[in-house]
Amino acid sequence: MVIFSVYVVNKAGGLIYQYDNYVPRAEAEKTFSYPLDLVLKHHDEKVIVSFGQRDGIRVGHAVLSINGVDVNGKNTADGKDILEYFKDPANYPVSIRFGRARLSSNEKLMLASMFHSLFAIGSQLSPEVGSSGIEMLETDVFKLHCFQTLTGIKFIVLADPRQSGIDALLRKIYEVYSDFALKNPFYSLEMPIRCELFDQNLKSALEVAEKAGNFGAGS
Amino acid sequence: MTVHNLYIFDRNGSCLFYNEWNRKKQAGISKEEEFKLMYGMLFSIRSFVTKMSPMDMKDGFLSFQTSKYRLHYYETPSGLKFILNTDLSVSNARDTLQHIYSNLYVEYIVKNPVCVLGQSLDSELFSSRLDAFIRALPYYSPRAA
Repeated sequence: MVIFSVYVVNKAGGLIYQYDNYVPRAEAEKTFSYPLDLVLKHHDEKVIVSFGQRDGIRVGHAVLSINGVDVNGKNTADGKDILEYFKDPANYPVSIRFGRARLSSNEKLMLASMFHSLFAIGSQLSPEVGSSGIEMLETDVFKLHCFQTLTGIKFIVLADPRQSGIDALLRKIYEVYSDFALKNPFYSLEMPIRCELFDQNLKSALEVAEKAGNFGAGS
Repeated sequence: MTVHNLYIFDRNGSCLFYNEWNRKKQAGISKEEEFKLMYGMLFSIRSFVTKMSPMDMKDGFLSFQTSKYRLHYYETPSGLKFILNTDLSVSNARDTLQHIYSNLYVEYIVKNPVCVLGQSLDSELFSSRLDAFIRALPYYSPRAA
């Protein structure tokens, strides 16, 4: 019962704060011999599996390291192109680690803005009068909760679907934001939040929420 | 407790079927544009969820809720998308949507030699059975206008 991450989005849709509390990384490392029976392709500056799902290696997983050495985007740590490296039989047997690729900060920025727009469209397509935007989005693996303040700031929390008490947590994060970011004379509105006290208090609010959520239905 | 409307999209994004039971507010744009916006929103939500997800997902995006309604989503492996808007009291309509697919869509559209897949669903039998099914749902109750 975990809270995965927290995002804070400003009025214009830009990401101003992001914190990853818990990131489960399912990775699989296997030794392969020539020829490689997985089909790999370039996507977004990474090498990902496009066909050949087996043994914990799923379609969409990225190549994380080769022979224990972390890769650098599309190239190995030495600078060689990964796909060329795998075409050469002399490099085998090779041990490759696959897993879900971590989101780069650019990607997080884009996703936050994407959610900002989806939030608004959810309100526009409403069959009922006076609907807010998307407040909770559910998948089988996580639940995304969003709280929009009167000033247009959105606090977004990704948590385990069974985690309770997230509404109280969102209000608490708003309180922490107004106490340690807004009251900070060096903080400019709508800008990225770089306040140490905000980080500390946010982390302790998350810890409290995780513990409280474990004792059954919260507020 | 009520059902607002239902959309069915095919894998290319064209709206095959739309019906409403209890819709209070129109979107303010033409029906065609609304279908495109709905499909676009769901396409973006699916890609958003795939990237944001901390772990590999099995079923993917299930539903979202706002302060006034809840949107339920079901996608078949063939790319057919079923979208149901209900009020907030309905927590899980996935079984309903699955029933609509396997017992109504497959029975009355796919098995119908006259219905061309990929075009707007024209079958009156399908529409009437679907209407009867929705009205018979435990969480459907027509509100006084």
